[in-house]
Amino acid sequence: MKRYIPIIVGILVAAFALSTLRLPDSKTAFDTEKFGTLPILVNGRIKPLDTVARTSLLFMQHKQTFKRPDGTRLEPVEWLLDVFFRPDLSDDYRHFRIVSPDVLALFSLREEDGDHFRYSFNQLRPAIQELERQAELTFEIESALRTPFQKSVVQLREQMMLYHRLKHSMQLPDSEDFLAEVLRFQEVLPAGVAAARAKSTGTEMNEADFKSILDFANRYEFMASMAYILPVPPPEGSADGTTWFNIGQALQRAFEKQAIDAHVMAYAAMGHAYRAGSHEQFNEIVRIHSEQFEKRFTDKLDRSKVEFRFNHAQPFYKASILFVLAFLLAVFSWLKWPEELGRSAFWVVLVAFLLMTLGIATRMWLEARPPVTNLYSSALFVGWGSVLLGLILERFFRNGIGSVTASTVGFLCLVIAHNLSFTGDTMEMMRAVLDDNFWLATHVVVITIGYSAMFLAGFLAIVYVVMGTITRRLDAPTADALTRMVYGIVCFATLFSLVGTILGGIWADQSWGRFWGWDPKENGALLIVLWCAVILHSRWGGLVRQRGLMNLAILGNVVTAWSWFGVNMLGVGLHSYGFMDSAFIPLVVFGLSQVAIVGLGSLPLPMWRSFKAA
Amino acid sequence: MKLILDQFRDFFSSLRLTVALLVLSIILVFVATLDQVNLGIWAVQEKYFQTFFVMKYFPGSTIPIPVFPGGYTIGGMLLINLVLAHFERFKPQWRKAGISLTHAGIVLLLVGELFTGLFSDESHMRLDEGGTKNFSESFLKREVAVIETTESDFDIITSIPIDRIARSKPVDVPELPFVLRVREGAFYPNSALAMRGPNMPQGPSIANAGIGPQIAVTPMRPTYKPDEVNVPSMFVDITGRDGASLGTWLLSTMLSAPQELTVGARKFRLDLRPTRFYKDFNVTLIDFTHDKYPGTQIPKNFSSKVRVLSDDRSVDRETLIYMNNPLRHGGFTFYQSGFDNNDTTSVLQVVQNPGWFLPYAACALVTLGLLIQFGIHLKGFIARRYAKKSEVTP
Repeated sequence: MKRYIPIIVGILVAAFALSTLRLPDSKTAFDTEKFGTLPILVNGRIKPLDTVARTSLLFMQHKQTFKRPDGTRLEPVEWLLDVFFRPDLSDDYRHFRIVSPDVLALFSLREEDGDHFRYSFNQLRPAIQELERQAELTFEIESALRTPFQKSVVQLREQMMLYHRLKHSMQLPDSEDFLAEVLRFQEVLPAGVAAARAKSTGTEMNEADFKSILDFANRYEFMASMAYILPVPPPEGSADGTTWFNIGQALQRAFEKQAIDAHVMAYAAMGHAYRAGSHEQFNEIVRIHSEQFEKRFTDKLDRSKVEFRFNHAQPFYKASILFVLAFLLAVFSWLKWPEELGRSAFWVVLVAFLLMTLGIATRMWLEARPPVTNLYSSALFVGWGSVLLGLILERFFRNGIGSVTASTVGFLCLVIAHNLSFTGDTMEMMRAVLDDNFWLATHVVVITIGYSAMFLAGFLAIVYVVMGTITRRLDAPTADALTRMVYGIVCFATLFSLVGTILGGIWADQSWGRFWGWDPKENGALLIVLWCAVILHSRWGGLVRQRGLMNLAILGNVVTAWSWFGVNMLGVGLHSYGFMDSAFIPLVVFGLSQVAIVGLGSLPLPMWRSFKAA
Repeated sequence: MKLILDQFRDFFSSLRLTVALLVLSIILVFVATLDQVNLGIWAVQEKYFQTFFVMKYFPGSTIPIPVFPGGYTIGGMLLINLVLAHFERFKPQWRKAGISLTHAGIVLLLVGELFTGLFSDESHMRLDEGGTKNFSESFLKREVAVIETTESDFDIITSIPIDRIARSKPVDVPELPFVLRVREGAFYPNSALAMRGPNMPQGPSIANAGIGPQIAVTPMRPTYKPDEVNVPSMFVDITGRDGASLGTWLLSTMLSAPQELTVGARKFRLDLRPTRFYKDFNVTLIDFTHDKYPGTQIPKNFSSKVRVLSDDRSVDRETLIYMNNPLRHGGFTFYQSGFDNNDTTSVLQVVQNPGWFLPYAACALVTLGLLIQFGIHLKGFIARRYAKKSEVTP
């Protein structure tokens, strides 16, 4: 029976992974899948509305799931539909995350007024003026010098701004029935434009026509300035295929063209049907609209469909669950059934690895980019690389250690990636200087694999120290195996860090005219290379033996973490693509924890529980 | 005697020294990176890397005390250590070919970096659309330019580096009919200028010639922020060859136009400006474009269409400079670096680096060396695994 365990575990886990490909059954009669797939332009990228919904929720409340005040769970798209077309409801949705007690005090709110630190627009409405005033005071101060309160103020203001702009994206929230309004606009348009022309030439005109058209003009100008989403593609046959419009701009264009764009009409009609609760009508409009889109933008709609599925599949979230399972299996394999549980752990890590591979590959295809384009994707790729190396080690050594470290590093990297996803869409456009697929594919990928190897070596060393000091399980063969693993992986890390750093120098020489400029990110990469050199030379010179090697490798974690995140917090330098300061405390905690483990590893050998003569 | 020499050699070729130097360099790089927040990238390079010792001043004194070995010391020692170690320990053998190649590459990299530090020049060229220039300007260095405009068809420019004149010693250039000397204590590395109003609290200006008397100068602390520039200002006494004063002049990079000075029949202009590097060709900016991603402010691409015209007219061509695609001409490389004035001004970075190929050669060596070494290790590792397996299998 025992020997079937790996097969059973493998099948179960594979089924779990495959389940990601299934779309959940919609609970509502509205065709949210088709609506969520509609492509729109935001931040320079054409993406499905579903992605807008998810990234907005992550930005505003740090999670993708949302519950209405009555407790019903909403899919992100359903939430977005309410924000677009039922702002009367969504103003009561508690989706603004505020943890700063000082900011809550601005609004005279208490923790218990919120839903896990999340508050609604209506709760915040009374003190919006005060928030605005505080934000204006804060904008005077350089962002690096702002207090936590000021940072929270700016963040909340941005969150509320996003909500406000979303509300103005598809219709004007003060409009009782936006479809009726647009139809009325279409009606008065010819007479109004005639009146406006007459006024500009000074001839006689109809004052009422002019006034009504002026009202519309003002409303749509405001809408054009507020709207967040650009859902109207460039008109057919236009020379510039990249100029999309928001609804307000498209309505403004109606003044010239004397006709209202079909896309505006379609979204207004969707809103009308949604408000009326008429799902047949809504689904029909969405279907027709989607078909129209498909005729002109087949490839864009295809990408949107894939991205929608990718969003739903959440491969990285599922992989992180599998890593926890693999970790437990591998650890238990040291206590009982080493062969069966160890093999099971290996298979689970492998499935998680395949999920990550699939996720990263999908992102690459969607973006038409190499794997690493920003901090978020670097976290995914560092994890991916470590897991791959860990799997290879496990294949060779078959002692569970490769699985334990691979799943630990993989899980941690996915947690880091999740925390990096709160800033908005993780598939962002590349700034001009970074917009070079050749160098992104070589320098960035190579250096990121160097990070992967450093972390893997560091965590292998942690296994050595923890196993050796806390348990009696670290026998000489295991210790030797671990030493060879760490040494090999450090060699590998040296190779990739050095080559990656040098490639970066060549890129810098190509684009800035100097091979090396002591830029913080360059220095960070150099520190890794130097640290690798220290480890290898200490080893060759006999300055360290097993335990010393392990301690140096653990400190390598600190060096790598600094190079990866620390330098970005300085806020200086040319590599400012990933500026962030919120990671400061986690980084310090991580550094201290590593130093503590090195302290443990430095205990004199008699104090270790392992290595005792029987 | 021999014993001492042996000890000396053992010390300098030891792996312990290698590790110690590597650790020192890690500390140096780390501290220098942190200090960039205070000093900016340029000052940090001078303080930590392009020096033998990192100096510190005791509070309230001007005596520099070396507190840490600088880039030159650590780099130089590493170089000696590396070369000696190779002679000492490594016998030529194929097994070590990878390591030797890698280290040769690193030696070349260090030498190349030193070479670049000593012989390369970086400057920038700001061009308005339609504008033409035959010089680039330094980022940080400033010069006092004395421009003789007596002849109508050419100017004679005398350039005095700011470091020369700042020391309040007389600057006596034989070609000039006068001597310049900065008033003691009246050189300000950074300053703010304002027009003097009737109710200004300051006393009368030190300057008594040119535009100086109308301007109030407030000394400021030097800034190292990447987005700010220092505005050096100074009051200069100008004395004729006959000993007669030609006035005290205010010079500052903030003054928009050069000031006129006439000595007998000779006419001069005085200017404090970024140090210029003249070229034997002209660059004209025909057009600057700045594409953004649709619906955003994220820059997608910058490009400058320029025309290069050499003084002897042998070169006359148009080319497009954009990210990762510089213009190379006459030993200089022009990179797209920035833009200004609502996308009508392009800023090009101009680099002259005669040793630019050294890092490339070094990289080739290092990569080859590492690949060989790694290949040897991998082969050994796999061979051992197979050997072990065949042992286990009966």
